[in-house]
Amino acid sequence: MSGAGEFSRADALESVRKLRERGLGARLWSWRYLVLRRLSQFAILLLFFGSAHWAWQYPAKTPLLTGNLSASELMGTVPMADPFAVLQIFLTGHVLQQKVVLGAAVVMAFYLLVGGRVFCAWACPVNVVADAAGWLRARLPIQPMFHLSRNLRYFVLAATLILSALTGLAAFEWVSPVGMAQRGIIFGLGAGGMALAAIFLFDLLILKNGWCGHLCPLGGFWSLVGRTAQIRVRFDAQSCTHCGECAKVCPEPQVLNLKHLETTGYVNSGECSNCGRCTPLCPEGSLAFDLRPLIRAHNARKG
Amino acid sequence: MSDSVSRRDFMVKAAQGAALAATGGLLWAYLLRQEAKAQPYALRPPGALAEKDFEAACIKCGQCVNACPPDILKLAPAGGDLPIGTPYFTPRSGACIMCPDIPCLKACPTGALAPELKDINQARMGLAVIDIENCLSWKGLRCEICYRDCPIRGKAIRLETDPRGLSKHAMFRPIVNSDACTGCGICEHSCPTELAAIRILPRNLVQGRIGEHYKIGWQDTGKITEDFKPAASAPEPPKAPDGNAPGVDYLNQGGL
Repeated sequence: MSGAGEFSRADALESVRKLRERGLGARLWSWRYLVLRRLSQFAILLLFFGSAHWAWQYPAKTPLLTGNLSASELMGTVPMADPFAVLQIFLTGHVLQQKVVLGAAVVMAFYLLVGGRVFCAWACPVNVVADAAGWLRARLPIQPMFHLSRNLRYFVLAATLILSALTGLAAFEWVSPVGMAQRGIIFGLGAGGMALAAIFLFDLLILKNGWCGHLCPLGGFWSLVGRTAQIRVRFDAQSCTHCGECAKVCPEPQVLNLKHLETTGYVNSGECSNCGRCTPLCPEGSLAFDLRPLIRAHNARKG
Repeated sequence: MSDSVSRRDFMVKAAQGAALAATGGLLWAYLLRQEAKAQPYALRPPGALAEKDFEAACIKCGQCVNACPPDILKLAPAGGDLPIGTPYFTPRSGACIMCPDIPCLKACPTGALAPELKDINQARMGLAVIDIENCLSWKGLRCEICYRDCPIRGKAIRLETDPRGLSKHAMFRPIVNSDACTGCGICEHSCPTELAAIRILPRNLVQGRIGEHYKIGWQDTGKITEDFKPAASAPEPPKAPDGNAPGVDYLNQGGL
């Protein structure tokens, strides 16, 4: 195993060349998670939309998926709810009903397992807009206007909770572009477009990954939840040439701190959304999705 | 020296952070207030908590909207007149049909539509108010559509007849009983005038309250008489005044 500081520039350049010169097939194949994420994001919206407007039912006479991303019911039996919204309502002083608490627990359990910010990359519709802005920004000569700490989201998160308690209104739910967008789409309100346009412009022109990576308190909430994730990106220090291509495509590049990765053997930051941008791109195959319990065994075998 | 500078830096940073948090928080709270200010005009689904509690409890999921059989419930869009994301209905375009099993309420996961409401007739979504200047029946025409379409006919809207209201024929004037009106809005929906002459308004906008200190004596059979019941043991009759008491003598002796 090569230690830190033993990486040659030539190796890294060779990695970059490998990446640039891969064939069309490999190029298309490297989009697999992106395609899956879009499918997942649109499928969720479609299931809600179909149940609301086209009377999709399963089993018979039971709507397939009612509600929206704030709270829903699957096949008339499985309640689901946004734990962050439920937490805000709890703080307003309203005595919550069992159903929504159960729903929040179901959703929470799922994301505790797969990674909190999997919501951001695989379910949240705002991510589609933010990704589009990020994609365009990477292709335009746009210089950063200012630096903003990515920890700001945790302060916004704290402010959300404090304001919910002070005003008696679920503070983020009343201004959330995520809520506006998904409600607007699912219930055909035709609104929420303004909020999405604002996020697009903000991310494109003002701050890279501005909304999802710096401000969104829901993302902050899921980041905190994400620390127990069992699906993580495994890091193989032996094959890594430090070419840095992974950090270039990562919307949260701080999670790919190589020094940190070398000690842990995987991306353990809750801010990683398991979006799968880095894994198919790594020219040396040093990054790959794996189950956390298997990662240690895998790395021990290699090391 | 450098120690005091760094301390000063820290103080300034802390003050800046506090100022940022305070302005941001105030702005945010202001936005919330503005958004919630639209509340007096919203007509909510049956069983909705008092508006302030409703706004706190509603998670904006729209499951009531999904569950509504006549599909009259809508979620308020962003930037609209009503609090964002919350369910409401507009009786003129779609009234509540008062399903006996109240599916919208059953669909609510948070209790913003309180499950305590078991009987749809006890729902109080709003109150029908008649514009008697533009009501056909009050003008003397035979209409009474609101009376006949009312799902709790005869209770929520009654007809007051006036056999000599007009020289030609009798009048049948609809009157709303606030005790029974659920605010479903079927009357407003079916009112035939160009603009509805009967409308549903949130109760707190139209209903007064007498208060405690007025008693309608001729209706009140209980409390007033009880308050003035003579004590169980009759008080002693007043003593005859002493003839020598000052001021009594000349009044009682015909001195005037």
